Amino acid sequence: MSKITTAQWFKGGSPWIWLSAAAVSVSLIMVFGLLLLIALRGLGFFWPADVLEVKYQQSPTEIITLIGEVQSTETVSAARVHDAGGVVPEGAETVTRLLLKVGNRDISGLDFRWINQHDIIEESRPQDMIVLERREWGNFYGYLKSVKVDGKIVANGDEAWPVFLERLDKTIELFDQIKSIHTGEIGSINYDIEELRLAKRRLELDGVTDTVPYSEVEEQRAKLNKEYQLLQKDLDVLYRNIEKDSVMLVAAGGREIELRLSKVVRGFKPNAMGIPTKSLHYLEKLWEFVSDEPREANTEGGIFPAIFGTVMLVIIMSILVTPLGVIAAVYLREYAKQGPTTRLIRIAVNNLAGVPSIVYGVFGLGFFVYFLGGNIDQLFYAEALPAPTYGTPGILWSALTLALLTLPVVIVATEEGLARIPRSIREGSMALGATKAETLWRIVLPMASPALMTGMILAVARAAGEVAPLMLVGVVKLAPSLPLDLNSPFIHLDRKFMHLGFHIYDVGFQSPNVEAARPLVYATALLLVVVIVALNLTAIWVRNHLREKYKALE
Amino acid sequence: MTETTLTHAIDMSAIGGVGTAKQLADETIRIKTRGLNLYYGEKQALDDISIVIPQNRVTAFIGPSGCGKSTLLRCFNRMNDLVDGVRIDGDVLLDDEEIYQKSVNIANLRQRVGMVFQKPNPFPKSIYENVAYGLRLQGIKNRRVLDEAVETALKGAALWDEVKDRLHENALGMSGGQQQRLVIARAIAIEPEVLLLDEPASALDPISTLKIEELINELKNSYTIVIVTHNMQQAARVSDYTAFMYMGKMIEFSDTRTLFTNPAKKQTEDYITGRYG
Repeated sequence: MSKITTAQWFKGGSPWIWLSAAAVSVSLIMVFGLLLLIALRGLGFFWPADVLEVKYQQSPTEIITLIGEVQSTETVSAARVHDAGGVVPEGAETVTRLLLKVGNRDISGLDFRWINQHDIIEESRPQDMIVLERREWGNFYGYLKSVKVDGKIVANGDEAWPVFLERLDKTIELFDQIKSIHTGEIGSINYDIEELRLAKRRLELDGVTDTVPYSEVEEQRAKLNKEYQLLQKDLDVLYRNIEKDSVMLVAAGGREIELRLSKVVRGFKPNAMGIPTKSLHYLEKLWEFVSDEPREANTEGGIFPAIFGTVMLVIIMSILVTPLGVIAAVYLREYAKQGPTTRLIRIAVNNLAGVPSIVYGVFGLGFFVYFLGGNIDQLFYAEALPAPTYGTPGILWSALTLALLTLPVVIVATEEGLARIPRSIREGSMALGATKAETLWRIVLPMASPALMTGMILAVARAAGEVAPLMLVGVVKLAPSLPLDLNSPFIHLDRKFMHLGFHIYDVGFQSPNVEAARPLVYATALLLVVVIVALNLTAIWVRNHLREKYKALE
Repeated sequence: MTETTLTHAIDMSAIGGVGTAKQLADETIRIKTRGLNLYYGEKQALDDISIVIPQNRVTAFIGPSGCGKSTLLRCFNRMNDLVDGVRIDGDVLLDDEEIYQKSVNIANLRQRVGMVFQKPNPFPKSIYENVAYGLRLQGIKNRRVLDEAVETALKGAALWDEVKDRLHENALGMSGGQQQRLVIARAIAIEPEVLLLDEPASALDPISTLKIEELINELKNSYTIVIVTHNMQQAARVSDYTAFMYMGKMIEFSDTRTLFTNPAKKQTEDYITGRYG
């Protein structure tokens, strides 16, 4: 056996195998690295970390007590700290700093602060330390002193905690009732009253002089108002009950504050929790994240409306783009005479895919929202003017804009699918007396449906990740109601909506509390990826099913 | 080489219609062409073809590849219309009706003149739906009518016994020979008057070929059959009349026996003795 020379090695193709394998590896590492990073950063956020109580040498003369969770640690050069005006121990090259989430924004004004490791005098994890998640002002860290009902203390010291938990459950129940009345019954009544107002306005615009329809409207309005009054009475009672309970708390440094239980979302003692309790808490928080509405300028609570908006947008977009793209592809491939014109159209379609998405946004705003929407308002929603109905960004226009954006992908994929249907099958159908249209409808399109689904998968993948155009044509930071609810006609395509992609941008860069929002950016990013993967897997599953059914081509 | 020493490339005993030499003059004529020319763009593919296709007989077109025999076949049900840049002049008459007139409904014509292609081309549907396809196109929805027609067609194509228990399975799971018989069943399900077979056995193994040939013999009682083949033995075995074509021209057309034993033209003789093609 002779040794293989370098030249032979090159000729044998080995370098190419290694090179392509390396390229694949790099791609895989990048994908999984990205997922791992956002998963680690995002999912860690929901874990209830231990809360430290530290005695801290704030200045040579002043010692203070701080309470908080350690968010991160970093090591910086001593010179930098010194230049920034900090005190550095003699001869130290580097300084370790901790980022402490101290919460209690209502007291200190800041959620986070950096402290130097070497200035910590004493550090402890008291078992009775509590964390309260509040509806306003972020988390509270400190101790529970007593529970009050109607201003009278009902439990003190060690007894306070179980009583607090019990009262909190009741309060949250009341809170949920109030919320359901507000968004449910009162929401519908408001919606109906608005519809009545518009109905009356419509009558006026139509120049109806007969008084009967007007009085009917008034009658209904009176009825709704009566219902509203009743609900309001219920609400008053609930509000009185919910405001009864409060707790006395001790914050770091011994300051006492009183907090109404109605402002508390959740309370727990992280230092006293074992791993199983913490895991349970973690899952609860994770569920809240995907199922609840956001609080506190989107930095707390869940992102359900954004998930819902994203999925609904993509579904409407698919419903719009598929027929349009398929019909265009069928015409181009099956009916149009192939020549310079069709070539030009194909070039145009392919180039459309390369246009920056923000340009589509501008187009959507100018054409769909202002022109189409404005005209629709003039024609059909004149009673609501000057308040626009469709003449303003909304989910329909967003879906249409994205449909336009993804149209080339669907056209190209469908055309390829059509081209792959063998001529012999078409001829077989025609020879049995089928017209071209019948052949298309009964044989060719079903056989091309897997390719059509491939186009849709690509379209969904692109559309779900698109943010820039949506900012112009319909996405908002906080939508008061979902585009789908129980008020007829149930689907409200004129409404604005929330979107995961925009949520990432908003929370990460437009939030007043950047440190608090950062983990949420990762968590939301992870969720966006999960949603896109789920949408894609659904489409892929459908496609494989179709492929199985029409596997003539293989 | 003289006629007496003519050594045939084929077994003469297998020639169809042995003993009863058929006379074209006695036949009822189904399809007739007069001075048919066909051009693919600039290229002329058929040159002044005049031929008659007798009823309830098997007529075979033979000739080397590219001689225009498939093109001629596809003229009879206007399949050539689907090809871009085709130009046709001359007459094609089906039952004395000009089929290239504007007023002719092509779908109707194709229901009357069925066609089976070289490669089996079943649709990716169930066996049942394949056979019922043509009937469904005609708007027949009645389940009983469809069931009956499917059974008759499959029996007619000698396929019923093989598939009666799996009518609703995908047709693509069948063997090539079965697929080709299914395609024939599909074509006869709509009861055409004429059946065009474009090299129906060329993609099949010998046993399947035999079955198809037996089937053709059966079918000629009810249908007028035109078959294109470049297998001369096959033409000799199954056909009553044979046309030899070369370079787009009809060289010779007569009853099969005469054409194979006593060809009138030198070109025909060269071809059937295997000198070229």
